[in-house]
Amino acid sequence: MTALAPDTPWDPSQPILEIEHLSISFFTRMREIPAVMDFSCTVMAGEAMGLVGESGCGKSTVALGVMRELGKNGRIVKGSIKFKGRDLAQMSDEELRHIRGSEIAMIYQEPMASLNPAMKVGAQLAEVPMLHSGMSKDEAWKLARQIVADVRLPDPDRIINAYPHQLSGGQQQRIVIAMALMAKPALLILDEPTTALDVTVEAGIVDLVKELGEKYGTSMLFISHNLGLVMDVCDRICVMYSGEAVETGNVVEVFDEMRHPYTQALFRSIPLPGADKNARPLISIPGNFPLPHERPPGCNFGPRCDYFQKGRCDAADVPMFPVPGSDRHETRCLRWQEIDWEAPPAKREIKQKAEIGRVVLKMEDLRKYYSVSGGAFGGGMKKVVKANETLSFEAREGETLAIVGESGCGKSTFAKVLMGLETATSGSIMLFDENVQSTPIQKRNTDTVSQVQMVFQNPFDTLNPSMSVGRQIIRALEIFNYGKSDAERHERMLELLDLVKLPRAFAERMPRQLSGGQKQRVGIARAFAGGAKVVVADEPVSALDVSVQAAVTDLLMDIQRENKTTLLFISHDLSIVRYLSDRVMVMYLGHVVEMGTTDQVFSPPYHPYTEALLSAVPIADTKVIRKRIVLEGDIPSAMNPPPGCPFQTRCRWKSQVPGGLCEREVPPVQVLEGGHQIKCHLSRDILAQMEPVIKIAAE
Amino acid sequence: MDQLTWTGSAGTVLLPVFEIAVLALVLSLLAKLLFVLAGLDVPRLPGPDGTIAARSPGLMASMGIRFSFFAALAAILCMLAAGAVMPTPLEAGILGAMAVRFWPVWLALAATFVLSIRFRRRLGLYGKLFDSTVGMIGFAIVMFWVFTAIFADVIITQDPFIQLSGLKNKVPGIAAPDSPYGWYLLGGDHLARDVFSRMVMGAREVLKIAPAATLFAFMVGITLGLPAGYFGGKLDTFISFLANLVLAFPVILLFYLLVTPEIRDTGIPIVLAALLFLFPIIFLTVLWNSRYYTNPPQRNLYVGITLLIGLWAYSGLAFNIDPLGIWSMEPNMLNVFVSVVFVNSPGVFRIVRGLVMDIKARDYVAAGQTRGEGPWYIMLWEILPNARGPLIVDFCLRIGYTTILLGTLGFFGLGVSPDSPDWGSTIDDGRKLLNLFPHPALAPALALMSLVLGLNLLADGLREESLKD
Amino acid sequence: MGLFVLRRLGVMLLTAIALTFVVFYLTNLQPNLEKLARTEGSVRMTEEAVQDWIAQNGHSGSIFMRYGQWLGVVPGWTYTDEKGQMRGRCFEIGQDPTAAPTYCGLLQGNWGYSTFFKTPVMDSLGEKLAATGWLMLAVMLVMVPTSLLLGVLSGMREGSATDRTLSTFSIASTATPEYVSGVVLVALFATAATGISPLLAEYGLIEPKKTLFLASATSAMDDITFWNFALPVMTIALYGIGYIARMTRASMTEVMTQQYIRTARLKGVPFRTVVMRHALRNALIAPFTVIMLQFPWLLNGVVIVESLFNYKGFGWTLVQAASNNDIPLLLACSVVAVVVVLLTQLISDIGYVFLNPRIRLA
Repeated sequence: MTALAPDTPWDPSQPILEIEHLSISFFTRMREIPAVMDFSCTVMAGEAMGLVGESGCGKSTVALGVMRELGKNGRIVKGSIKFKGRDLAQMSDEELRHIRGSEIAMIYQEPMASLNPAMKVGAQLAEVPMLHSGMSKDEAWKLARQIVADVRLPDPDRIINAYPHQLSGGQQQRIVIAMALMAKPALLILDEPTTALDVTVEAGIVDLVKELGEKYGTSMLFISHNLGLVMDVCDRICVMYSGEAVETGNVVEVFDEMRHPYTQALFRSIPLPGADKNARPLISIPGNFPLPHERPPGCNFGPRCDYFQKGRCDAADVPMFPVPGSDRHETRCLRWQEIDWEAPPAKREIKQKAEIGRVVLKMEDLRKYYSVSGGAFGGGMKKVVKANETLSFEAREGETLAIVGESGCGKSTFAKVLMGLETATSGSIMLFDENVQSTPIQKRNTDTVSQVQMVFQNPFDTLNPSMSVGRQIIRALEIFNYGKSDAERHERMLELLDLVKLPRAFAERMPRQLSGGQKQRVGIARAFAGGAKVVVADEPVSALDVSVQAAVTDLLMDIQRENKTTLLFISHDLSIVRYLSDRVMVMYLGHVVEMGTTDQVFSPPYHPYTEALLSAVPIADTKVIRKRIVLEGDIPSAMNPPPGCPFQTRCRWKSQVPGGLCEREVPPVQVLEGGHQIKCHLSRDILAQMEPVIKIAAE
Repeated sequence: MDQLTWTGSAGTVLLPVFEIAVLALVLSLLAKLLFVLAGLDVPRLPGPDGTIAARSPGLMASMGIRFSFFAALAAILCMLAAGAVMPTPLEAGILGAMAVRFWPVWLALAATFVLSIRFRRRLGLYGKLFDSTVGMIGFAIVMFWVFTAIFADVIITQDPFIQLSGLKNKVPGIAAPDSPYGWYLLGGDHLARDVFSRMVMGAREVLKIAPAATLFAFMVGITLGLPAGYFGGKLDTFISFLANLVLAFPVILLFYLLVTPEIRDTGIPIVLAALLFLFPIIFLTVLWNSRYYTNPPQRNLYVGITLLIGLWAYSGLAFNIDPLGIWSMEPNMLNVFVSVVFVNSPGVFRIVRGLVMDIKARDYVAAGQTRGEGPWYIMLWEILPNARGPLIVDFCLRIGYTTILLGTLGFFGLGVSPDSPDWGSTIDDGRKLLNLFPHPALAPALALMSLVLGLNLLADGLREESLKD
Repeated sequence: MGLFVLRRLGVMLLTAIALTFVVFYLTNLQPNLEKLARTEGSVRMTEEAVQDWIAQNGHSGSIFMRYGQWLGVVPGWTYTDEKGQMRGRCFEIGQDPTAAPTYCGLLQGNWGYSTFFKTPVMDSLGEKLAATGWLMLAVMLVMVPTSLLLGVLSGMREGSATDRTLSTFSIASTATPEYVSGVVLVALFATAATGISPLLAEYGLIEPKKTLFLASATSAMDDITFWNFALPVMTIALYGIGYIARMTRASMTEVMTQQYIRTARLKGVPFRTVVMRHALRNALIAPFTVIMLQFPWLLNGVVIVESLFNYKGFGWTLVQAASNNDIPLLLACSVVAVVVVLLTQLISDIGYVFLNPRIRLA
């Protein structure tokens, strides 16, 4: 687009974006809160820069700082942001407006929220070229249609005339990407663009972003908390911790030869292939993320660092040190030359594998149907939503059974039925030899209730915000008829706090005074208050930061080992499932499509859906080679499932089944060696030919 | 004795200052509005170095508004303060003399503010109110009227029902030789009674009913709204239909139908009272039972006390058969009270229902369900406490609304005794000669407006502060 | 969509029947009928005579039957006295009973005969409604644009000085019920004793002893002028302006913090266009419903203002009917009020659906 040529000449060998010693603060009535301090980074033309860190580390603030969109209270207090050689921090509003959207574009986390609900998609797209290059309306719509086709959306004519709510989440994100590309910007900022999406949809978006970046030669600033994703997309990486960049460099170099203790600790706390809950457990980072106004002197990571040296690390602010002989690799660690980076972690303890005992939970042919009235205005046809279809499995004492699936697969409904919040339509649930299938929770006796408990997903929602932590645990004890007196229950509550490794003083705290990980621990204590034997953990760590995830997972495993609890672990994250589960059940649209031991499920033969799922999960390990299988389209709605096999609309193996059987009949369950079950029409020969998706390269 | 002037001897200096300030305020407000409409009002955008760029005309106008407003306010305060130190009402002027009469109120207000600001960090949401200017102003106005109602006996200059000859419709500040005080500070009304004393007494009338009626409406609305929102289904459809039925009535029509002497003969108000007054008892009983049923002795104690006091008050208030004669309500008062509760409850119901539908999807509610809690425990102890922010805000707004409703009743002469000093009826009395003698209606009108304004500001402050968490 | 409207209409009908029944029941209470008997008959009637009068005029019997008669779904009552003369709901004394229709209620267009005004209800009500219609029209024309403008301006930049000033104004005006603002406005503009009229008279701008505006709107019944109509209109509008402006502001501030507004800004859309094109439509959905649901309250305002300014419209009639125990007129007023309220609710529902694409095509 010649029309968009910058008004000042710019040499393409110079960096597109050059951030130098940037500091951003937010000002409240009480104090100045520094969000980003002394941040520097350079993005060259066509380069993709990854910005990684946990929540609150300032990575999004950097992105918004580049856009100069810091709200009323935010201000750039120091440093410069040079875009094509011009300092954005000094630009007038009018100059800035010309750059926004035409030269720098942004893609956001929540696609639905980023699109105007009352405007047609086409109008929102066409606005950009009309504004920046004065294109006529017709031309702009034509361009919009072309870009919509470019982001591989089906039926672009229909889509540009649709309202955002008529599109699925994946389609909306593609529209947001299209909007960013309308003016062919030189720099694209992506702020966690796939966090709100399912993994198989995410894989498609990631591929698209990579491909378009190459096609248009756009530079990218890619913000994510997911190291694997950054490895997939980016050339360079910048790791942030508590407002500072701690390590930056080429992705491969940082991943293989990290030179900062935080980066190292981060890698040790994420489950990579090869990690094992007994032999090679994860190592969590001790302590908590410092609050912005309570940062320690000197190195921010100091208090949580294994290599911390008093008097040196906390003496003065640490500058960035270049690592010689590398591709612009820098680290913010005083001791990076003294540390032996190859040494194995010191405090890795090896744990005993738990005994697996008798069957405590057995489900047979469980079905759960809902009837939903169609349309928003009531009336119309009643539709039956089949949330769970012929679910059969058993779980044993001390065993971890993982239930894996994406949104709408019925895993939450299953949990509700098991807990007794809903009753099953048919089938049986045997809990300790008692059939509870049609017993709602009000009719179950206290023992049964206290033995099946749940750990919830969202730490910010799991505790009642207006009741103290201790009070909430005591209430659970009261309900489960534990103890004879208030004093006894109070004592037990303190013991439970010990069990989840929280200080006893927390009993008096209100939930808002706790961090996400601490809240999740209280949730676990509450679940085990009545000596639960079966615990359903509904994505218990997915909302937590990586470093906290490991600690909470470990805690769950420890309590399980001690109490011989059966853990039903619901998750969409295959890495963590592989790490901690004994057996795995994969669900898709209410059907169990594959079930077996962890080894069976994670190695061929796969169900075609499991195969795609495995290949979609990004892995932050340079030695892992993944086969890329990207599924077409989105997950069908459970309201309107496809006929025949639920997965047939997206299956790449469908052609291998003769006679269109997949479109007509729900496949039977095939039992392979060792009790491995696959619900698929593929013949055993074809299944046997499948290749593993993940290979670890020989060193 | 001479007639009082408005500002007394201090007024000669302060009055021109005040007039100029008001004029400047009006002019700068107009200018500001023009600038905003013309798009000249660019917001302050701090530059990279933190300095504020050149001042726009809009900004100048804003400063004008601020300075002139404070100047006017200062002039009024000076007049009041000057009046307070003058030896006699003659020198103090009407404003000063009134300020003196309100002395217990000033004292109580000062004490409240000093204590509250001192301990605000320990007082939860109430303490946080003192971080918001708007909330503080609102709270001050509301408490001014609350204390006025409490100390009304000390503040009034004469019995509000006494009529003195020759003072009919006389202007404010008129000398009243037969009155113990010597003057009618705000003049006399059409029956030659003291407007000032009636206004002060009116505060007591209003504040006796409005908060209590609002509280009852909340009990009814909450007790019905919780299950409707939580269970949904047919129950919800039914109660919502009833609520919409009441809401579709124009309030005034309902009052004309419900608050009449004839209806009192039929006993309908008593039936309604019997129904509505039952809700607080049900509410509290269920509240205690759901919480303490695991511990029967404690439960029995709380429920027992509730039932004892509740039914005792119930018998007195609804049927006027309290054996001890402590709880009772005049029939026309009961009629007014019940009608106001009846009109207000559906609104509360709708808010509670909406809040419950929102909160019931939270995980901690599911956690309660999975440990086998009963539905009422979840509604009353898991959901309701977390809906308290919006409910407290609505409570303040609704007291204001109830005050307006009571005024409306008085304005149409419904349900209150003819010479009652409540603000609504006083406005009604005064409006007949409004264009000749506006002062008898103006005093209660401004009083009512300021109370409702205070409640609205208080609600605004509370909303702002409760959202900050 | 059709089904939705149909369902809504069904619920509305049910509501209308329930409401009119309640009104019918409350106006036809025994004490009211006795009072009516004494005003129609004579004040010194004996208890017995009162009961007779009630029975002879079709006011006895089951309340449901009477409601049915009034509605016109049950045959009208007839009564034959000792002299063999027939009286009935559907004919005058002396008319041929056989020629009269069997049903004569609301549905047949028989709204009854006002006992206070001594005219058929239809006649007096129609003219009064027209008068109120003009008042409402003027109120709407003042209220809606002003309040939306104020709300949008203050919600556009939350926390700015403009916002604070306008918010204070709207809070103050919602805190002022009509009977207060009416009194204050009259005191300021329409008395010769206080306010600006004496000042203007002093400067010779108006004649001495005259007032700038009129404190009575009776003359507006025949000829609406600015001077006799402005105060009643402003009195009703003020309260509504504050209320709607606050709603609009809340809605606008919420919309302005939405991510799609940030998206638009970061696309380089100028602020003015962001407000006009991206924010406004989304922000006006909520106030639209509020404006429509304001009608019950507007009716309230109309009643107060018409009484205060002596403007003989619908509200004034309602007050007269209620205070003079004019049962047919009061019933008719209620029917009108209920129908107006329900219709506005329906319009608000349908309008909401049209303004909000998320619902329309679902």
